[in-house]
Amino acid sequence: MTAAVEKQSHSHGAVVPESSRAEWFTSFDVNAFEVPSGREEIWRFTPMKRLAGLHTGVEATGSATVEVDAPAEVTVETVERGDSRLGAAGVPADRVAAQAFSSFTAATVLTVAKETKASAPVLVTVTGPGAGQVAYGHLQVRAERFAEAVVVLDHRGSGVYADNVEFVLADGAKLTVVSIQDWADDAVHVSAQHASIGRDALLRHTVVTLGGDLVRVSPTAAFADKGAEVELNGLYFADAGQHFEHRTFVDHSQANCTSNVVYKGALQGNDAHTVWIGDVLIRAAAEGTQTYELNRNLLLTDGARADSVPNLEIETGEIAGAGHASATGRFDDEQLFYLQARGIPEDQARRLVVRGFFHELLMKIQVPEVRERLEAAIEAELEAVGV
Amino acid sequence: MATLEIKDLHVSVATDDGAKEILKGVDLTVRAGETHAIMGPNGSGKSTLSYAVAGHPKYEVTSGSVTLDGDDVLAMSVDERARAGLFLAMQYPVEVPGVSMSNFLRTAATAVRGEAPKLRTWVKEVKAAMSELEIDPAFAERSVNEGFSGGEKKRHEILQLALLSPKIAILDETDSGLDVDALRVVSDGVNRFKASGETGVLLITHYTRILRHITPDFVHVFAGGRIVESGGSELANVLEAEGYVKYTGSQEAAGV
Ligand SMILES: Nc1ncnc2c1ncn2[C@@H]1O[C@H](COP(=O)(O)OP(=O)(O)OP(=O)(O)O)[C@@H](O)[C@H]1O
Ligand SMILES: [Mg+2]
Repeated sequence: MTAAVEKQSHSHGAVVPESSRAEWFTSFDVNAFEVPSGREEIWRFTPMKRLAGLHTGVEATGSATVEVDAPAEVTVETVERGDSRLGAAGVPADRVAAQAFSSFTAATVLTVAKETKASAPVLVTVTGPGAGQVAYGHLQVRAERFAEAVVVLDHRGSGVYADNVEFVLADGAKLTVVSIQDWADDAVHVSAQHASIGRDALLRHTVVTLGGDLVRVSPTAAFADKGAEVELNGLYFADAGQHFEHRTFVDHSQANCTSNVVYKGALQGNDAHTVWIGDVLIRAAAEGTQTYELNRNLLLTDGARADSVPNLEIETGEIAGAGHASATGRFDDEQLFYLQARGIPEDQARRLVVRGFFHELLMKIQVPEVRERLEAAIEAELEAVGV
Repeated sequence: MATLEIKDLHVSVATDDGAKEILKGVDLTVRAGETHAIMGPNGSGKSTLSYAVAGHPKYEVTSGSVTLDGDDVLAMSVDERARAGLFLAMQYPVEVPGVSMSNFLRTAATAVRGEAPKLRTWVKEVKAAMSELEIDPAFAERSVNEGFSGGEKKRHEILQLALLSPKIAILDETDSGLDVDALRVVSDGVNRFKASGETGVLLITHYTRILRHITPDFVHVFAGGRIVESGGSELANVLEAEGYVKYTGSQEAAGV
């Protein structure tokens, strides 16, 4: 088979030459990273001044509250830094993630025992340290062989927070994760989320970013063995002045694995800024890989900006399929005309179009309460702009 | 009784080389109970006429008037025109991803009728209308027009016609892309709409075959952005035999 690489409009013409993802430096030690200036490829979109010192070594001044509501089948532990399990899913690839790994004091570990299905979603509520405070955190979710669970991470509150989140999926495990960033307006959150996916295991990972001053989430999926599958989904809604950045990376190092990345965002208001970087690396050994990634952005008003950079590196010709698409645009006039031509008033037509835009992603969220909450949140966002 | 009156309509479209005039003085009156067919070669401006009447933002009316029962249609927004009783079955219906057909139909019916139809009767009504048009009920849960075949899109345009019951319907090449069976089903749908005698139909077509199912009272030849000849239904047969060459100076038959 040959590589079928589909290319659609790049809304962003990347100029800076990029080094291969295969050669990226990683380390648990913050001091192994230089302090970034903001000109580096991985930081060039991020407003460094608003990081509140996370990249320059700011110390924790408070702590985030982590509450876990889990069914009996799930073991919940709070462990110290030295716990040997920590770091199993991945190594920090930027200085803030390394800072978080070097700075957290206690980690939460959730374990779903082998061949066990969690009877209800695990709800992890992370409340920020409070306005003007800085905190670091660490969470690990372990799904043992053939375990199945749904985990909802709900980030809320104020303050500055950097963390690493790990998902360790053993062979045949099925894990569904929804990470919601619904922070207060002042909050800064930089989150590195690492997944290690075992043989024939399946991870469905959805990021939902709705609130915060600066939110930067970097989900990385690495396959530990053959036949595994990952879905990385994302949904974001940025308002005036907000910076939401999502950097997905799928590392195909094993044969016959599948990855599917779908991120969609809506933006409204002056200086609403979103960034999606979608890296996919298909290494030489990853024959039979099937991968697709898509990012779409809907600009609801003037003054908003969406950057979108898909990045596909292929080191073997023996893949099943690889493609990407990225598009950023305003409302489709033809869709609005069609709806209005059936008597539907313009504001209502616009809402239908936006809801429709997110529909596909919302349907992938299998936790009804979460889906309803997100639908309500999107309604509220639309209400706010008078769309 | 409803009357759509188009007078000396001039319409331009914005192009890279500035505004281009497409409609060059169209005069046409469609009354309730009448069926008018507009026939003309490709590019003569038939769709432009229908879009301009429906209020598509790309088309600018530079002079002339359009009224529905005396009310100024050109002063209305697109949705107001629809609520006033105008309907356009489009040549190329638009796909709206993520919006289910059933949600769309109910939202449109609510807007046009001024109140939400009662759920129980509504479900029955939609089911019946779909079955008359031989549309599989599963379409109700699909996104509007997304991935529909050409013929399926046209059936759904007529489904909307049936549910929204406008005063005047403009059907822009509703026959194109239909096989023989579908043409019959769709034509029956249009004839049911006409049956009350209280609605007017403006049927735009390139071909005469649909006119064997839906009998026009008037046939107009459209060429170069205006109506160049009008007559009764017999004119369609003349066009079929002789083509538009007389009007355009080029060979193009109004094939079957
Ligand atoms: N948006 C546009 N930009 C430029 N030209 C346009 C635009 N819309 C229509 N035209 C031109 O106006 C003319 C009339 O187009 P229109 O679609 O109304 O024709 P038609 O009679 O419906 O043709 P057909 O039988 O192919 O459907 C054509 O020459 C077309 O290219
Ligand atoms: Mg046309």
